[in-house]
Amino acid sequence: MAEVEETLKRIQGQKGVQGIIIVNSEGIPIKTTLDYPSTVQYAGLIQQLVMMARSTVREIDPQNDLTFLRVRSKKNEIMIAPDKDYFLIVIQNPSD
Amino acid sequence: MPPPNNNVAAIGRKGSVVQKAPGAKPTKAANKKKDEEEGVDGGDGWDDWTHGKALIKPQDQLELTETELKEEITRILTANNPHAPQNIVRYSFKERSFKSTSVVDQMAVHFVLEGSLLHQDSDEARRLRAKEGLSEGTKTHSEPDEEKPETPEAGEEDRPDSAASKTDKKEPKITNQFNFSERASQTLNNPLRERSCQTEPPPRNVFSATASQENSDMKCSYCLIPSSLKMGKLSKKSTILERMVNQNTFDDVAQDFKYFEDGSDEFRDKEGTLLPLWKFHYDKAKRLSVTALCWNKKYQDLFAVGMGSYDFSKQGRGMLVFYSLKKSAFPEYTYPTPSGVLCLDIHEQHSYLVAVGFYDGCVAVYNLQEEGLEPVYKSTAKTGKHTDPVWQVCWQNDDLDSNHNFYSVSSDGRVVSWTLVKNELVFTDIIRLSVNGAVSEGPEDAQQPSIASGTSFDFHKQIDYLFLVGTEEGKIHKCSKTYSSQFLETYVAHSMAVDAVKWNHFHPKVFISCSSDWTVKIWDHTINTPMFTFDLNAAVGDVAWSPYSSTVFAAVTTDGTVHVFDLDINKYEAICQQLAVGKKKTKLTHIEFNPIHPIIIVGDDRGYVTSLKLSPNLRKKPKAKKGQELPKGPEVEVAKMEKLLSLLREPEQSTV
Repeated sequence: MAEVEETLKRIQGQKGVQGIIIVNSEGIPIKTTLDYPSTVQYAGLIQQLVMMARSTVREIDPQNDLTFLRVRSKKNEIMIAPDKDYFLIVIQNPSD
Repeated sequence: MPPPNNNVAAIGRKGSVVQKAPGAKPTKAANKKKDEEEGVDGGDGWDDWTHGKALIKPQDQLELTETELKEEITRILTANNPHAPQNIVRYSFKERSFKSTSVVDQMAVHFVLEGSLLHQDSDEARRLRAKEGLSEGTKTHSEPDEEKPETPEAGEEDRPDSAASKTDKKEPKITNQFNFSERASQTLNNPLRERSCQTEPPPRNVFSATASQENSDMKCSYCLIPSSLKMGKLSKKSTILERMVNQNTFDDVAQDFKYFEDGSDEFRDKEGTLLPLWKFHYDKAKRLSVTALCWNKKYQDLFAVGMGSYDFSKQGRGMLVFYSLKKSAFPEYTYPTPSGVLCLDIHEQHSYLVAVGFYDGCVAVYNLQEEGLEPVYKSTAKTGKHTDPVWQVCWQNDDLDSNHNFYSVSSDGRVVSWTLVKNELVFTDIIRLSVNGAVSEGPEDAQQPSIASGTSFDFHKQIDYLFLVGTEEGKIHKCSKTYSSQFLETYVAHSMAVDAVKWNHFHPKVFISCSSDWTVKIWDHTINTPMFTFDLNAAVGDVAWSPYSSTVFAAVTTDGTVHVFDLDINKYEAICQQLAVGKKKTKLTHIEFNPIHPIIIVGDDRGYVTSLKLSPNLRKKPKAKKGQELPKGPEVEVAKMEKLLSLLREPEQSTV
């Protein structure tokens, strides 16, 4: 458990990382380094995106499943690690 | 109905008024009435009638004698109308007299009802039908009641059919002409519209949770990690996320590593360059220097770094650190050690087993798959640990009992084989080095056996028993595992301690050695003198053959330079000499080639490990034919060079 905390701390300390959010399966953020309104916004939007991505993957092949999702945009990159119990979201702008 | 009959008889007996035949009907009616009344007096009357014979006499009853009572009176039922006159007389003008009508109409009409039914074939019905244009089988079809029951049923059957057919043909309803009124109105029905709205569920706070240690970075006043969160899974995902973040941060480095090929090599006339890639450093190993490097053969992005100190006076703790190229910011595994690590080796097949040699003479084996920071095996004073620093360890093939085993060499002059038997480390002295020759076990030797210190060794790739040991005196001994008392050969190699000795990966006869006497020498083990000697102007810390070519090797010196040689291209000079570290006083201590990628890692005495990419000129394959020719090609080359050098043998110190 401490390992995970340390890992998250290191991620937070990396260059350009804007925030980390852990969201539980109901869409409620349980850990975040961003401010509350942004967190809730990210959590809600990303949950929908992940569900859509997962359903896409599974429709193409029902044996398959989504493991990671990386959304690269002009300003930053959102990395999402979904699981059946939670989501891990990291927002990074590496060119900072 | 027995009671009325009985009643009649009884009443007869009772002597009630007996009327004559014409009056039978009314009498009967009266009797019936009485009877009914009596019967109606509850079921009790019935009981009374069967049991008791309480006779009630009316007051005006005619008194008769017994004989008169028993007299049988016959009564006849006729169909005559009692009200009909019996003697109707009519005047007949023809006969001019009154005549009595013989037959009088006896019919008594009780009830008359005019019906509204018309026979279907009657004129009026036909007229009606024509008027209304009704088809057959409708209600106007008059059916006398006495008709057969089938026809009404048929009629009924027809009717539903006709009703159905009616609806099909959409004929008008049959309505009563007189008092049927169809007046209907349709109210305006407003169309129904469903309006609903979905509300967003409000975020809920989970308060039944375990609080974790928060630092100021994490704003978590409203959130706690629930104890149900599976941290095990989270750790896997979080490590991968960390790698992703690292990849983003060092994106340019990763791209260079994968794709960059220095284009200017074409113009550089056979020289090459080294492109710096990632730099690895661990905060907790600040004042330690890199004392050992080893790549993992199975996962070629993982390498091990042993940290300790070469300085005699600055001995303290050490570290065993594992890095992955995918995550340069932080090590994958770290193991603190009580004493400085001086050497390490990762098993080729079981890449989770790492053998480590320490400054205090111990050897240990770590299992990366196990939790915990302690080694799984460790040698102690009782189990034959060395009495001097262990300079080199090397895994061997599994022995006959398929136990893992490794060798170690130390300054105490012993080459020891360690076998991992179940839970312990069993040691066997293989050879004891001495200044004059190998020392045998017994006290037979008259000469004072002065123990030589072994500082490096290497095992032959193909010949299992053959190995080389470099000593502090500068000699290299060629030994066999099976001969513990004798060296096969001794080479007087260097004037100072032999820091590294390495067999060539391809050529079975060639090995290289380096020393703090500034030289790097290449040997053929059958010949007593070196074939090539290179002077690098500074103490050479380490030398390594490249895994892709038999003529390419690299050396690092204490002035922070990496020298790359390719004997195929240039026999006398390095094709690349480049400073690998920023700060001037940094000494490079070790170098290793990656098994598959064209990169090298160099460790320095400040605890940094730098990875460098070899430019194309440094990676030239021998121009011999493909396939099997590869080992033969260099051999031919080396033999060729040998001949060349034999001419140059007298001036031993060759050119730079």
